[in-house]
Amino acid sequence: MSAAPDLPLWAAILVSFFVVTGALVTLIGSIGLWRLPDFYARLHAPSLGATLGTGAMLVGSIICFSVLQQRPLIHEVLIGLFVTITTPVTLMLLASASLYRDRVEGNDAAPKEDPAPTEP
Amino acid sequence: MNGLRRVIPYPLLFLALLVMWLLMTQSLSLGQLLLGAVVALGGCWAMTALDPPPARLRRPAAAARLAGRVFVDVFRSNVAVGSIILGSEDRRTHAGFMRLKLDLKSPYGLAVLAIVLTCTPGTQWVRYDPATGLLLLHVLDLVDDKEWVRTIKGRYEGLLMEIFE
Amino acid sequence: MSVAILGWSITLAQVLLTLAMGCAALRFIRGPRAQDRIIGLDTFYVNAMLLLVTLGIRSGTTLYFEAALVIGLLGFVGTVALAKFLMRGEVIE
Repeated sequence: MSAAPDLPLWAAILVSFFVVTGALVTLIGSIGLWRLPDFYARLHAPSLGATLGTGAMLVGSIICFSVLQQRPLIHEVLIGLFVTITTPVTLMLLASASLYRDRVEGNDAAPKEDPAPTEP
Repeated sequence: MNGLRRVIPYPLLFLALLVMWLLMTQSLSLGQLLLGAVVALGGCWAMTALDPPPARLRRPAAAARLAGRVFVDVFRSNVAVGSIILGSEDRRTHAGFMRLKLDLKSPYGLAVLAIVLTCTPGTQWVRYDPATGLLLLHVLDLVDDKEWVRTIKGRYEGLLMEIFE
Repeated sequence: MSVAILGWSITLAQVLLTLAMGCAALRFIRGPRAQDRIIGLDTFYVNAMLLLVTLGIRSGTTLYFEAALVIGLLGFVGTVALAKFLMRGEVIE
C-alpha cells in the first residue's frame, strides 16, 4: 500500500506536505458543502478545493516530477489554469440560475428585491 | 510590423496557445514548436471570426501587483472560510446578499474581477447590471458590508481600472 | 525511509479525498433541490481529478495527468450545460 517513487528525503517531505495539505483543504471544502445551511452559502464551499486544494496538490506534483526526471516539468500548471478559469464560470452560472428560479417560484431563500446598494 | 500583424492578429493569444501546446506535449523539440505554431495560428484566425473588442494590457507592473494581492487574498479567505465551516453553528448564519456600485466599465476588467471575486472563497459574484453599474454579490460572512465594499474597491477595482482603462 | 514517508502521506491524502468525494456524493443524493445536486456533482469531479493527481504521484508516471485534464474539462462542460438547463429548461437556445 505504500509504494511510491524514490525521492531524496527533502523532496519526499515537501511533496508529502503539499499533497496532504491540499487534500485536507479539499476535504474541509466538501464538509462545508454538507454543513452550510442553504444553497447560496454552499456556493462558497467548492472554491476552497478549487483554489488552495488544487494549488497545493499541483505544487506537490510539480516538485515530485521535476525531481524525478531531473528537469523542470510544469505541465500541471495547465490543470491549475483550467480549474481557476472554469470553476468561477460554473459557480456564477449556478448562482444566477438559482436566483432566477427562486424568484420565479417565490422562494424565501432569495430576496424578492435586490438589496439597496451599499455606499463606500 | 504591420505585415506581422496581418499574419498573427493576436500576438499574446498566439504565444499563450504555443506555450499551452508545448506544456501539453512536454517537449521543446523543433517539430513540436512548428506544430504548436500552426495550432496557435489556427486559433488566432478562428478568433478573428469572433471579432472581440480590442483589449490592451497597459501596465504589466500593475498586473503583477494584482496577481500578488489575489494570491495573498485567496490564501487568507481560504483560512477564513475554513474556520467558518468548522466553527460553531451561529457563525454559519451570517451569509447574505449585498449590492455595490462599480466604477469599472471595461468588459475585460469586469471578467477578471468576476473570476477573482468568485475564486476567493467567501464572496460570490451573482449578477452585474451594465446599465446601472450595480453588482449583486453573495457574501458568506456579511457582518459589515461597508468593509467588503472598501476591500473590493480598494484592493481590486483601482488596479483593474489602471490596467484595462 | 523517504519512500515510506511519501507512500503513507499519499495514502492519507487519498483517504481524505475519498471522504471529500463522499461528502459531495451525499449532497448530490440528498439534494434537496436541483441546484444543490449540481453543486455536489461539481465538487465531486474536482475531487476525483485531484485523486487522479495523487495516483499519478504514486505511480511516478505522467499518464494520469492527461486523464485528470480530460476529467476537468468534461466536468466543466457538463456542469455548465446543467446550469444552463436550470436557467431555461433547455441547453441550447
